[in-house]
Amino acid sequence: MSQKSRLDGGLIDRSRPLSFSFDGKNYTGYAGDTLASALLANDVRLMGRSFKYHRPRGVFSAGSEEPNALVELRSSARREPNTRATVAELFDGLEASSQNRFPSLRFDALAFNDAFSSFLSAGFYYKTFMWPAAFWEKLYEPAIRRAAGLGRLYGKEDPDNYDKGFLHCDLLIIGSGPSGLATALTAGRAGAEVILAEEDFIFGGRLLAERNLLSEQDGSEWAATVISELQSLANVRLLSRTTVFGQYDHGIFGAVERVSDHLPEPISHKPRQVLWRIYAKRALLTAGATERPIAFENNDRPGIMLAGAMRAYANRWAATASQDIAIFTNNDDGHRTARDLSAQGVNIVALVDCRIDAPPSTEFEVLSGAQVVNSRGRLGLKSIQVQLRDGSMKELACGALGLAGGWNPNVHLTCHKRGRPIWNDKISAFVPATDTDPLLRAAGAAAGILSTHGALLSGAGKAIEALKELDISARTPILPKAEDAPVNIAPFWYVKGGKGRAWLDLQNDVTVKDIKLAHQEGFKSVEHVKRYTTLGMATDQGKTANIGALAVLAEMEGKTIPDVGTTIFRPPYTPVSIGAFAGGSRGKEFRPYRLTPSHKWAEEQGAVFVEAGNWLRAQWFPIEGESHWRQSVDREVIAVRKSVGICDVTTLGKIDVQGADAAEFLNHIYCNGFAKLPVGKTRYGLMLREDGFAMDDGTAARLAEDHFIVTTTTANAVPVFRHMEFCRQCLWPGLDVQLISTTEAWAQFAVAGPNARDLLQKIVDPTHDISNEGFPYMACGEITICGCLRARLFRISFSGELAYEIAVPTRYGDALIRRLMEAGKEFDVVPYGTEALGVLRIEKGHSAGNELNGQSTAAMLGMGRMVSQKKDSIGRVLTGRPHLLREDDYRLVGLKPVNAGDPILSGAHLMNVGEIANAANDQGWVTSAAYSPHIGASIALAFLKKGDQRLGEVIRIVSPIDNLEIEGEVTSPHFIDPEGERLRV
Amino acid sequence: MIINHPLLGPRDAQEFVYLGDASLIDRPDASGETALDDFHDYLYLRDNPAGSHKELWFHEQGDRSWLVVTRDTRTHEITHVELAFEYAKRRGRDK
Amino acid sequence: MSDQILTPLAALGDHSPRIEKIGSLTIEENPDLAITSIAVRHRRDKDLQTFLMPALGGELPSPGRSVFTSDVSTIWTGVGQWFLIASYAAHPDFAREIKSLIKDTASVTEQTDGWVVFDIIGNNLIPLMERLCNLNGKAMMAGDTTRCLIEHLGCLIICRESFRKFTILGPRSSAASLYHSLVKVAHNVA
Repeated sequence: MSQKSRLDGGLIDRSRPLSFSFDGKNYTGYAGDTLASALLANDVRLMGRSFKYHRPRGVFSAGSEEPNALVELRSSARREPNTRATVAELFDGLEASSQNRFPSLRFDALAFNDAFSSFLSAGFYYKTFMWPAAFWEKLYEPAIRRAAGLGRLYGKEDPDNYDKGFLHCDLLIIGSGPSGLATALTAGRAGAEVILAEEDFIFGGRLLAERNLLSEQDGSEWAATVISELQSLANVRLLSRTTVFGQYDHGIFGAVERVSDHLPEPISHKPRQVLWRIYAKRALLTAGATERPIAFENNDRPGIMLAGAMRAYANRWAATASQDIAIFTNNDDGHRTARDLSAQGVNIVALVDCRIDAPPSTEFEVLSGAQVVNSRGRLGLKSIQVQLRDGSMKELACGALGLAGGWNPNVHLTCHKRGRPIWNDKISAFVPATDTDPLLRAAGAAAGILSTHGALLSGAGKAIEALKELDISARTPILPKAEDAPVNIAPFWYVKGGKGRAWLDLQNDVTVKDIKLAHQEGFKSVEHVKRYTTLGMATDQGKTANIGALAVLAEMEGKTIPDVGTTIFRPPYTPVSIGAFAGGSRGKEFRPYRLTPSHKWAEEQGAVFVEAGNWLRAQWFPIEGESHWRQSVDREVIAVRKSVGICDVTTLGKIDVQGADAAEFLNHIYCNGFAKLPVGKTRYGLMLREDGFAMDDGTAARLAEDHFIVTTTTANAVPVFRHMEFCRQCLWPGLDVQLISTTEAWAQFAVAGPNARDLLQKIVDPTHDISNEGFPYMACGEITICGCLRARLFRISFSGELAYEIAVPTRYGDALIRRLMEAGKEFDVVPYGTEALGVLRIEKGHSAGNELNGQSTAAMLGMGRMVSQKKDSIGRVLTGRPHLLREDDYRLVGLKPVNAGDPILSGAHLMNVGEIANAANDQGWVTSAAYSPHIGASIALAFLKKGDQRLGEVIRIVSPIDNLEIEGEVTSPHFIDPEGERLRV
Repeated sequence: MIINHPLLGPRDAQEFVYLGDASLIDRPDASGETALDDFHDYLYLRDNPAGSHKELWFHEQGDRSWLVVTRDTRTHEITHVELAFEYAKRRGRDK
Repeated sequence: MSDQILTPLAALGDHSPRIEKIGSLTIEENPDLAITSIAVRHRRDKDLQTFLMPALGGELPSPGRSVFTSDVSTIWTGVGQWFLIASYAAHPDFAREIKSLIKDTASVTEQTDGWVVFDIIGNNLIPLMERLCNLNGKAMMAGDTTRCLIEHLGCLIICRESFRKFTILGPRSSAASLYHSLVKVAHNVA
């Protein structure tokens, strides 16, 4: 297919033709093209449909500010919606399709919205779909979403990988136009660590789109020379295809590098995109400026676009939207576009300049003091209606119209930390406020300096200024001679008097009338108008739209534009895909997991695993013939009670507490006393928060006068360590105590059941006496096993049985579980998982996370008397608050169903018999429940008002959401061995 | 944000865990007659300044130091960072 | 009782350490390290230095630094806190050795199996480092040591030789996740 609208010249490689398709039709472009430039070259002007009215739209810009030409790229799982055709680099085989149309771009059934546009004015959705409320979710919202959809997701997982990374530099330069290159050259030669980030795939910014010479060179040639010098400098890093999308506190910038977007698919192992977190000591915003349109009636037809974009297409890409073009301008830059197009052989039908004193031209007709008031052409511009200076009307046939309303500096990043731009009358635009942010400066067009000469000078100057603050001296390089045209502009935002719609926000379909209506309805603040009309809330964030709306609003308010103010720009500058933010953290790699030392062995046993925090723990160990988890769990529980079982308890937090004042320190952090704990003994400890509520519990074993090992629950290992360091560093810095977390260093197994000692005796070296007398309940000590392997033994029990916990260096954990299982064969030893662990502790009445949920006091847990009044411990004073000492407070109790077959569910609430089940009558709740093979029924732990005084009472256990309503008997929480005799044999 | 660690230099705030007002260091005397009221005020009453604020950050993914960071709550400007145990000692906590 | 002796596993769950070569990069698990932490007791700084001086041949390293000798490496890990690292084969009960050396001048804690250790060697590791963590790899000199996050895991990163050799200590229970990240990124930048 021929490229009908291809011109001569340009920065495209005609020796490398690329084929691509748009909406199923095949075209050819060249290397160096964007999808938009290739489509224009192929005479395709219609590229999309608008969001609300489904109006036919064509490409409007030549950069990332594009509001109209949103397309889907690629197919199947790589399909990516809402991509701007203006920044999509063409590659061979690219598949692109338009979106938001049905069934086709040329005939869109939903365009009937357009006919009803008078009903769809500002706030339409708010006003119309308010009632009945139930209709919103089921009817209105889905229908609106279908009609107003942007692109579609494919629904399958993205096959590409994304990564993130971290970069450091003295100076981050954002944008590589004339000011960016001058900055980079200045800083690079000075030896500073420099990062130059450019969103485009070629460096040079606006230099690539202009015909003005820099000294004797083309702008693009000069850019290439500078880049080649910068490439040779080890201290300069060039990042093309990289958008700096946000500025965060203290010199942190977010950037996304599109590593593989220009390839059909990434090279093996390479990421599609990388999200960079850049730490910059100083940064320079040299992101240029964005041209703005002038609004008039029916100004949204395909072919109507920014004049500067036309110039870029003609000069850089040798493409034009039409051979017959008109320009509508309020400033001298529109004339430059006309001159450039004319030089490229495009026929300038007329240059319509609203200024009476418009400069004349010998190359084309200048209509000064004139305005474009309307346009025709359903799927593409056919003609414009011009009101001449004398008031008469003239119809001009043309295929495209360029709008030149002046240039807005790209101030966005300077606003991300709440910087407010200020108005510059000379260029009729907002520029970054100076001196508000010492880290980020602006230079060149981004600072409102619109001539090439000015941009070069300001880039070098700002670089020197910034580097000086870092004690790096730099000199202005010899810069080329460049154009230094003054800005001549007459502010003009929209043509008044039209009856039809004049569009401001092309993507979200917001018109001049919408802004006026919003104002009439009382929305006067710019932030309110934005939200009410959705102005600037589309994916382009109104880069080409906002200023026009501000002007309309200012007029309505009788204020100036700076008095109306701008809305706040927030990151990201342009859309960033979710995949880039996720990086490698997705699927199984969503977060790192932690494996216990017996993991490999447990896998071999066919264990079922459960996530406990980041840990993967064996939940139960099914054996042949078991088809339901309860069968496995019941068997494991019974085996522990009857003989012996083994459970990996490595996950419990272990904190080494040493120092001359270690015991005193523990006295402060536990509510019960530790100072008098003898060496070689372990004690249960309850930690309170300062507010008197329980924080965590565990044991502390005293290995030496000055050495304890504190254990925490699995879930609280990290916060408890943090808390203990707070106590050590901030509250009692005078105590000689040191803390080290050793959770990972030891593999620890609970060996529990009547045969636990007999089993352990088979592996503990005979030099160590672990008899009941030699190593009684709560003893602890350092021993050796299996021929001199150092180990630690603790005689503690969570199950209520005779039990030990044995620890060896982690690397021996796998071998130890295998050895224990082998040695335990004669006792029919079983491994047990977290489910059985839970059942065993509920039977014993031990509290765990469900009870220690941050809302329970020591008294509620039945441990009120443990809170020592003889010492100052965290939480002791506020435990004494009257409300925490109330007689009718909740107390931990056990529950058994009256009918043994009834199940109890945790979360159920407790009600008195004969009372209505409502919040007012609530007596408490079930915290933990399990089927107890020992009792032969469901049992539970619960908090019950005055529970300790209600043993034997029958109470209703109610859970409306589970359809549960049964009767239960209040019991002691200790379902087995309340006297603790089993522990001591 | 970047916190300029007094020993390790500038570190990303991602490595830290925030606790709150540095007044948490001034834990009252638990044996005083007004202990109950003192602890109540200590735990629940905080200034909420729009401006300079001393606060506690824990370098959890670093050297496990608690730091007292002086930060402007309006601008996030950090004007001073010091090791909390030194700050605490200065306030007599090691007595 | 030699038949009783238990066989250790490397942190990645194999009997031998893992070595991966990707392009010019080598990622090597190093299980032969005995790691002991010491934390100085109050007002015993000088005594500790005196006891350790012969073994270290110098002072304990300052914040953010490590010192390597042929026998023992010392890494600053926190205020008044260091890791001492030696060959595990030569020092199977390193913590006890250290304890008897420095007595009660510091708290001594066995840390050997708390960590998985990867040595990363290559011609230029900067592209790898900048994908892994927020440290400025280019600026790291031999001996520079910082604890920071790699894919949510708190790791110690030690520069052994600028640009070319780094040692990473990560939490042992997450050895597999850390290894996965290292290998993935290595492929990514290879």
